[in-house]
Amino acid sequence: MALSETGTARPIGVGGDALSRWFSDHAPTLLLGLLLVLLPAATTDFVLDQIVGWTLVLGMIALSLMFLAGYGGMVSLVQMTVAGLAGYSITVLGASSLPSISLFWPWWVAAPLAILIAVAFGTLAGALSARTEGIYTIMITLALASAFFYLTLQNWSIFNGFNGFTSIPAPIFLGVNWKSALPLYYLILFCAGLSYTAVLYVSRAPFGIALQGTRDNPRRMEAIGFNVTAHRIAAYAFAAVIAAIGGILLVWLNNQISPGTAGIQATIDLLVIAVVGGLGHPIGAFIGAFIYVLLRTFALDALVAVGLDGRRFQTIIGLGFLIIVLFSPDGVIGLWRRWLARAATSRRGTSR
Amino acid sequence: MAGARRNLPKGNKPLSTVAERIAAAGAGNAIELRGVSRLFGALAALSDITLSVRPGERRAVLGSNGAGKTTLLNCVTGDFPPTAGTVRFFGEDVTTLPPHERTRRGLRRTYQISLLFQRLSVRDNVYLACRGASRGRFSLIRTRASDAIMQSVADLITLVHLEQVADRLVGELAHGQQRQLEIALALAGAPRFILFDEPAAGLSPNERGDLVAILTALPPHIGYIIIEHDMDVALRVVESVTMMHNGRIFKEGAPRAIEADPEVQQLYLGGGHG
Ligand SMILES: Nc1ncnc2c1ncn2[C@@H]1O[C@H](COP(=O)(O)OP(=O)(O)O)[C@@H](O)[C@H]1O
Ligand SMILES: [Mg+2]
Repeated sequence: MALSETGTARPIGVGGDALSRWFSDHAPTLLLGLLLVLLPAATTDFVLDQIVGWTLVLGMIALSLMFLAGYGGMVSLVQMTVAGLAGYSITVLGASSLPSISLFWPWWVAAPLAILIAVAFGTLAGALSARTEGIYTIMITLALASAFFYLTLQNWSIFNGFNGFTSIPAPIFLGVNWKSALPLYYLILFCAGLSYTAVLYVSRAPFGIALQGTRDNPRRMEAIGFNVTAHRIAAYAFAAVIAAIGGILLVWLNNQISPGTAGIQATIDLLVIAVVGGLGHPIGAFIGAFIYVLLRTFALDALVAVGLDGRRFQTIIGLGFLIIVLFSPDGVIGLWRRWLARAATSRRGTSR
Repeated sequence: MAGARRNLPKGNKPLSTVAERIAAAGAGNAIELRGVSRLFGALAALSDITLSVRPGERRAVLGSNGAGKTTLLNCVTGDFPPTAGTVRFFGEDVTTLPPHERTRRGLRRTYQISLLFQRLSVRDNVYLACRGASRGRFSLIRTRASDAIMQSVADLITLVHLEQVADRLVGELAHGQQRQLEIALALAGAPRFILFDEPAAGLSPNERGDLVAILTALPPHIGYIIIEHDMDVALRVVESVTMMHNGRIFKEGAPRAIEADPEVQQLYLGGGHG
């Protein structure tokens, strides 16, 4: 059930033995969640931060793209920029190793403000592109993304230009240093789990079903009483909240932020993550991020081991993208669904 | 009403003048078009259409392909606003309002070529139509089975006999079933006036019978305009007929009079019209 088609996840308001049904429906998700909660007991800090941590954070930002593209049919290339703006904002408003720029406001002021700024930007980007469709949405959001990239690259008074910010001090609250491996891991896991659950829940709430309506047929949506433009802008705002939180976590995880964090390459990578994972279900964003992080982490060594230039790992990612999109336009999720369907038919075949 | 009375002139003007004024304001009509034209480039799909339909009135719009019937509906709903003229809905000038605002005022429509949500289930399609006509369109809280709106959704699905496929994706439905759903979407909420664009096209004879039954059973305060090539359907469910040709209205009258009209017979009923 967890991987069913976006539109049929569960008919609205179907009753039954609610609790047991809920458990059987969500068994794979719950199992995965439990595994992730227990993971620190079984693994190293490297795996926690560099593999799982990165997967969850990039997955969150890709999730914001999945929400817009999968449910709303809007391929927004500005989601990495929203995350980047939140990351820069928390660094400038909060703490960094550059007292000439950073304001050193406490985290509980800086973090909400950073989210607010990024969401305002993401919503504005939505307002600019909500009346466009398809390739034009991609072009407008890509233009915004590259404008932000060049701004961060060339502005030194706020963004510290090419250098960006390094060695960002740890946020300390509730007496915990949230940059040490274990607390950071659980913070990320909590935020990622919450975003994932929120997207799944909202996809079957009136707002989410209506968003899928605007994807399938905007003209009919207008004719049955929906303000399609307003609905799309609201979707951008919702997605921006997730991307912004992901952007802040990214800075804490990465301990630095620079123009490349939300550069053109990162923007494209995020699109690749979302598409490779699959836009049909929120889990696709995390699957795509996992594949990407594995490739990025190990492809380099693997390439060097077989005597190739390690910097070619981008080529491998590109090739992987090509292969997946060629064989399964709906990503890994599409492969998985088709495999399930085939298994189901063959099972039905033998039982008859 | 009290306000309206206070505004009446003091002198003992005859009632007919007030009635005339109400008519002049367009307040007495459900749909009122004045001088409506619609150009597509150089092509005048509608030229200077003036049309009034009373609340609760049931009207057929007939005419050959390309006569401008669908364009007329598009101008009323705002899908394509007119290039000239005004559109009033229950007295209110809605000429420049976006389609969703007109829908919220009680206007509904069906499409000649089904415009449905292909990747959503039948239930979700009908649910969206009900939600669009009510509050909570942006709600982030899921609708529960016990919520009143789900009863309306179930009732509409039953009305058009789609219970068996209620949880199937619309993209998987047969053509006739999609046409039935098209009708259900237009009946959601509390419609005051409905525009049907060839609703019987693609329906089986049985389903046509159902359609006629639905149309005749609609509460009397709900008026509609129906575009329909099938005279058996059209003339059974309306009290007045508007004939269109080349973007203009050329005849209006009762169904019998229209049927008997020699000019109409020659142009449409007698001619090899499909
Ligand atoms: N969107 C459009 N763009 C260009 N021309 C159109 C459009 N819609 C309708 N027309 C033209 O307007 C005329 C009237 O079309 P229409 O209203 O669909 O006729 P009917 O519904 O009576 O068959 C036709 O000549 C048609 O080609
Ligand atoms: Mg037509």
